[in-house]
Amino acid sequence: MKNQSRVTRREFMRNCAAGTAGAAVLPYVVKAANGSGTIPTGANMKLEDYLNHFQVTEEHIQQVMAEALSRGGDYCDVYFEHNISNYIGLEDKAVNRAYSNVDYGVGIRVLKGDQTGYSFTEEISLKAMKQAARTAANIANASAQIPTAELTPRPVPNYYPIKTAWEDVSIDKKIPFLQTINEKVFALDPRIIKSNIWFINNTSKVLIATSEGKLVYDYRPMGQIAVSCLAEQNGAREQNGFNLSGRRGIDFFTPETVDRLAGEAVRRTVALFDAVKPQAGEMEVVLAAGSSGILLHEAIGHGMEADFNRKKVSIFSDKINKPVAEKFVSIVDNGTNAHIRGSLNIDDEANPTEETYLVENGILKSYLHDRISAQHYKVKPTGNGRRQSFRYAPLPRMCNTYMLPGPHSKEEIIKSVKKGLYAEDFTNGEVYIGAGDFTFYVKSGYLIENGEITKPVKDVNIIGNGPEVLQKIVMVADDLKMAEGGWTCGKNGQGVPVSQGLPTVKVSAITVGGLNA
Amino acid sequence: MKKDKQLEIAKWSMQKALDQGADQVAVTVLNQRNIEIEFRDKKLEKLKESTQNSLSLKIYLSNKYSSHSTNDFRKETLDKLISEAVAGTKFLTPDEYRSLPDAKYYPQGKPDNFNLHDSAYEKIDAESRVDLARAIEASAMAQSDQIISSTSGYNDSEYSGVRLHSNGLEGDVQGTVFSTGAEVTVSDPNGGRPEDYYYARSRFFNALPDPEKLGKWAAQRALKKIGQDKIASGQYDMLVENRTCSRLIGMLISPMSGRALQQKSSFLEGKLGEKIASEKFTLIDDPLFPKGLGSRWYDGDGIAAKKRIMIDKGILGNYYIDDYYGRKLGMEPTTGSTSNLIVQPGRSSLDDLTKQITKGILITGFIGGNSNSTTGDFSFGIMGFLIENGTITKPVNEMNISGNAKTFWTQLAGVGNDPYPYSAWRTPSLLFEKVEFSGI
Repeated sequence: MKNQSRVTRREFMRNCAAGTAGAAVLPYVVKAANGSGTIPTGANMKLEDYLNHFQVTEEHIQQVMAEALSRGGDYCDVYFEHNISNYIGLEDKAVNRAYSNVDYGVGIRVLKGDQTGYSFTEEISLKAMKQAARTAANIANASAQIPTAELTPRPVPNYYPIKTAWEDVSIDKKIPFLQTINEKVFALDPRIIKSNIWFINNTSKVLIATSEGKLVYDYRPMGQIAVSCLAEQNGAREQNGFNLSGRRGIDFFTPETVDRLAGEAVRRTVALFDAVKPQAGEMEVVLAAGSSGILLHEAIGHGMEADFNRKKVSIFSDKINKPVAEKFVSIVDNGTNAHIRGSLNIDDEANPTEETYLVENGILKSYLHDRISAQHYKVKPTGNGRRQSFRYAPLPRMCNTYMLPGPHSKEEIIKSVKKGLYAEDFTNGEVYIGAGDFTFYVKSGYLIENGEITKPVKDVNIIGNGPEVLQKIVMVADDLKMAEGGWTCGKNGQGVPVSQGLPTVKVSAITVGGLNA
Repeated sequence: MKKDKQLEIAKWSMQKALDQGADQVAVTVLNQRNIEIEFRDKKLEKLKESTQNSLSLKIYLSNKYSSHSTNDFRKETLDKLISEAVAGTKFLTPDEYRSLPDAKYYPQGKPDNFNLHDSAYEKIDAESRVDLARAIEASAMAQSDQIISSTSGYNDSEYSGVRLHSNGLEGDVQGTVFSTGAEVTVSDPNGGRPEDYYYARSRFFNALPDPEKLGKWAAQRALKKIGQDKIASGQYDMLVENRTCSRLIGMLISPMSGRALQQKSSFLEGKLGEKIASEKFTLIDDPLFPKGLGSRWYDGDGIAAKKRIMIDKGILGNYYIDDYYGRKLGMEPTTGSTSNLIVQPGRSSLDDLTKQITKGILITGFIGGNSNSTTGDFSFGIMGFLIENGTITKPVNEMNISGNAKTFWTQLAGVGNDPYPYSAWRTPSLLFEKVEFSGI
């Protein structure tokens, strides 16, 4: 059974390649149940195709919304979703497992001020939808009824066009990728004794209607290949991996990406044989450009999600328009980056995604809003209303969170460190948004001694306080890179795909887990 | 959905897959009803109700294996899914170890008095759910004027399902789960808004704590964090509160799995019968524990449930071997996953254990961190309280612990008498000597 317990406010994030294989993502397989023959797929689908796909009409949707507002709610939306996921896995040199998952349904949400009524049904019939609408309607109890506006289709941009829809890529086209990567992994280093490789693709079709008259649809592809390998040397074993993910089609997986997947997985694994643990305590930490953006996700991103501020439970609740970092620090959340994992053409409440400045030249600027918080603060939504699926009401969530390039260079940053840590590869992080405590786990990195990168380091947790660490960002390089892996962010029991990025950054002091204090 | 309807759809799906060419098939059908309430600032914040279905199918065909799940029960889409699933399976590489378990491992009927369903569920109405959440919130808010926000919650769920294996298993499950509690944020004059929570889960409504107590416990936990700060790095004795121990136990469970052993990613490979922990540590997996949140009469492979001593006074007694990796390893299957995990309690209370410590830290929460099942290395963020000469002196946070699980478990020096009752993992408080903490 699904775990029904609430997991409090601890917000966390994890990278699917790293040890949580299978648990983090719904596995899968073959061609979609609805994806063949004359039915248009992918970006070719028009509004009419979406209505047909879900076997509804605009008239039905209007009837359902009228039912949803029948008890005096002041807003409602209807979220149709059909999600198909496929997974194939290689273990012990053979592609010998495949999993698939189909998720299909409609979620109905009614708002009354800050209050939410929610229900969903997996049977998309007028009767079942009206029943769910009546359930969600119960959040309100007033006689005044707001009429629903006429539905008007809205144009939606496309930040992730793909050539071939995943529904049209059958399993035999994917198997050779895994076999090739596996051969390369074993050819690269004789110390490799095991390799696990998996290929995941996911397609979500959504259709959203709101009582304010918005009607939008989106086709959301996702692809991922992950490689995990295990090496042995003089009786010692080490395991690590590498994965690439994005809102991509199969054309993304070229011979070059296959080489990178194998090469990086092997390099990151065998490097660990020489790895040491740093001394425990506070030290200077340099974050490598790329997935180190996990620092921003945990240290500031969650704390800037407006629901936490509306409830006054975030450490950032009273800091808007105040200086929080050096002038060369600017941090954005962006849902519009081409093909990046956290991007969305439209958020899950039919609002356009955008680039939002959390910090601009050191000043704290804007929260990330969903509809409830935007109404609460009387501002425009920022396109951050996201949900795991039709089973959940949306919440303010990050998309792609990153820091803009700064004035320093990577070389001068490393040279400036006398004794510290260069953190390169991460698995997971977590934050308590009230106290501001956040952590992220460094799978591998290096020591920096007297301005030079020296011994490799592995398996250390870093812990700090969000606002304090922002102030301690003392250098920012000009080499912004986005994370490329399959990051998933968890909040209130809902997981959504995200990404993050960072230029090379130096934090002047942060607590590093280690030994021999 | 009634059981006969579940069985009908399971049988229909199984027959479809067999007709398409599958050699063996396992099908489960599950229905679940959930209600979720959040209450904040003296009013309902959220009300959610839903019913959901799922069907999952494991297909074995000439030693090729795939599995599929769907919530779309329309016959025509289900038909198509099954046809394509069987067709897709044919492209995979045969794996000689893939098949349903030997029928000898299946249970001989459901054990007597095996009940995970609370008949009181039917009598809980919408109003009483909201009243409960309201009472918890009111109790939490009444604890102090330093409380900024409190959100209380109440969830319940009722589920039922069937499992069919084409080589003979026919099982069923039904149960209820109730969960309620609160999370509380308080203001700290030194900056920051410390938060904590108390949530209780149970299969039976009456086993939940009184709402006034729940609200009070959640608020008191958050209030005690006021003034928290990091302290000097160093070696401290580490006392871990009962409900928090699951993160530590988890470090042992992953390397005990058949998959980790077969994939050579377990630091416990070859350690069966050897001492891997202090003799104070006994770990039992008991799927038949009465009313347990993890109770079951067969596991994910359909293998009959059995109580096992996994670690006996520090000696590794069993691995978690599922049917597939059992075949690959040439070992008898035990079970592939934990059910109710019970750490044999000791005699000391949390207070008694605290009094034994000269310089230590009581951990009340972990944050982030990870462990490496291949090497045993671990590092976790922590929060809790400094203990000096047997007394709690101040709240601490923003620190890490680090170590290696191969030696860490031998440092276990004390086991509490206070197993946490609101989880499938019933862990008492645990005391470890000389753990590496990093702070300032």
